[in-house]
Amino acid sequence: MIELRDVSREFQVGDECVHALRHVDLTIHAGEYVAIMGPSGSGKSTLLNILGLLDRPNAGSYRLAGVETTTLDEEQRAQLRQQQIGFVFQAFHLVPRLTAAENIELPMMLAAVEPDERRHRVDEVLQAMGLSDRAHHRPDQLSGGQRQRVAIGRAIVMRPGLLLADEPTGNLDQHSGQEVIEVLEKLNNQGITLLMVTHDPGLGRRARRTIHMLDGAVEQGR
Amino acid sequence: MRAADSLGFALGSLRGGRVRTWLMLLAMSIGVASVVVLTSLGEGARRYVVNEFAALGTNLLIMLPGRSETKGGPPPLLGETPRDLTLQDALTLLRSPHIRRIAPLTVGNAPVSHGSLSREVTILGSTADLFPIRHFEVAQGRPLPPMDPERGAPVAVLGATVRHELFGNKRALGAWIRIADRRFRVIGVLTDEGESLGQDLGEMVIIPVATAQSLFNAPSLFRVLIEATSLEAMGLAERDARQLIRLRHDGEDDVTLITQDAILATFNKILRALTYTVGGIGAISLLVAGILIMNVMLIAVSQRTAEIGLMKALGAPRAQVLRLFLVESTLLALAGSLAGLLLSVLGILLLRYLFPSFPVVPPPWAPLAAVAVASGSGLLFGLLPARRAAALDPVLALSGR
Repeated sequence: MIELRDVSREFQVGDECVHALRHVDLTIHAGEYVAIMGPSGSGKSTLLNILGLLDRPNAGSYRLAGVETTTLDEEQRAQLRQQQIGFVFQAFHLVPRLTAAENIELPMMLAAVEPDERRHRVDEVLQAMGLSDRAHHRPDQLSGGQRQRVAIGRAIVMRPGLLLADEPTGNLDQHSGQEVIEVLEKLNNQGITLLMVTHDPGLGRRARRTIHMLDGAVEQGR
Repeated sequence: MRAADSLGFALGSLRGGRVRTWLMLLAMSIGVASVVVLTSLGEGARRYVVNEFAALGTNLLIMLPGRSETKGGPPPLLGETPRDLTLQDALTLLRSPHIRRIAPLTVGNAPVSHGSLSREVTILGSTADLFPIRHFEVAQGRPLPPMDPERGAPVAVLGATVRHELFGNKRALGAWIRIADRRFRVIGVLTDEGESLGQDLGEMVIIPVATAQSLFNAPSLFRVLIEATSLEAMGLAERDARQLIRLRHDGEDDVTLITQDAILATFNKILRALTYTVGGIGAISLLVAGILIMNVMLIAVSQRTAEIGLMKALGAPRAQVLRLFLVESTLLALAGSLAGLLLSVLGILLLRYLFPSFPVVPPPWAPLAAVAVASGSGLLFGLLPARRAAALDPVLALSGR
């Protein structure tokens, strides 16, 4: 599914050159459940952004589902993102003026899916997330856990192969966090590749594979 | 993304930011309305003048005594008094085959009284032909009778206001009135035609020209109205008139001839320029509205940074984000200009209500031009914010930095 070869990413901060990623090699197979852990500033988020095609490396090669992505232009990467990758953010990033159903519909709208098909799939996803009775609520009328489930629904509605979650429980209480993790794990059991950045060692232990990052380099465990 | 979805999404985000949407609609509609109303006023002024001249009569030449023309060269050594333009001069004009009829005019002020009521009014001395030439109509009685212009008669046709003030609801026809120290019989009353070139037709009394001349003791005519046989014959009529007068005035060309076309053309040109000018002033307000749209859209982009980042993460390419923002600002401009058109209709109706005699009509190009400029500026000024939105880095946008 994912093949990173000798990937580096540098940022220019003032006069200083920050090496966010140093020569990272990483292979993740389809259907894996991986937690990326490490202290802040270790390059976790940069890695996730590069994996999500939101950012491009300065050097190295990244193959996603067999496609070399570093040579693609912005349009092609957007296309790939749309079809292959789902994002879950710590801050949910729901559009506040849209209802739960409309938020879930948004990626399909951007991808020009037919309206009939869209309605059908939104219903399906709402049901899977246990949110059928919250379809017409706006985000400010939902609890934190419900919001994150709407965001997960939005991430999987295009049926991507890869789900990237950046601290998905960071803004949630213990109980809601547990709920959200269970939803994500259920999706992983159904075959989706799940990559999760987290601070929480408890969550890290639940993953079948943990990647520790330090100072822009990967130390693979287990 | 489907077109219908783009539209729906843009509408949704406009509804989301209510205050800014209303602000921009207001600015745009005021801009469009000011263009349409201002140009309507200019156009109205033009039509007003054109109508006034049409009411003056067709194929009309006006002859004035004296020569008023700016010429080079030194001023004459001896003071030149203009020769009188007499009734005989006027009657000679009828010899030209290109002149259908003439109306000599003598004008003066005199007190007009009936019983104990008295009023100072304008007395117009003329002939029967004045009525067809100036399109005067009588509401009661008859106009001045055709007769030898050099002989007077003690008859008068009253303006509607004068009739009302002297007689009230009593019968005026056949009654005797006194103008200065002479008695006249009322033979007709003019229709209430309103104004003509600023002169109220109601406040006038028309009497035979010879009578007026002896009343005011003025051998010279004030004007001679000359009607040519046709529009094409105007030039020939003018030439003949000049020649006939020169023969009678010892070879001196001492009258001034004005054609209404010449005046009309000048007014037309001036007023059209005026219309364009006020239209241009209105367009500046549209430009201001456009800049306001740009500002508010820029604020919208920075407020919606996270949303734009999200759209990009969900697979929206630059072009799509650009398009969404452009659709939004164009929608605003269009809705604003529609509201502006509505507003201008209200404004025009109000102006018509306040000034019924002034024809306030928008020139046909004005609404089209206003809407075109409005949508154009919406698109143009929407471009910068839209480009900024499209260029946002999704990573930075999502992290809220």
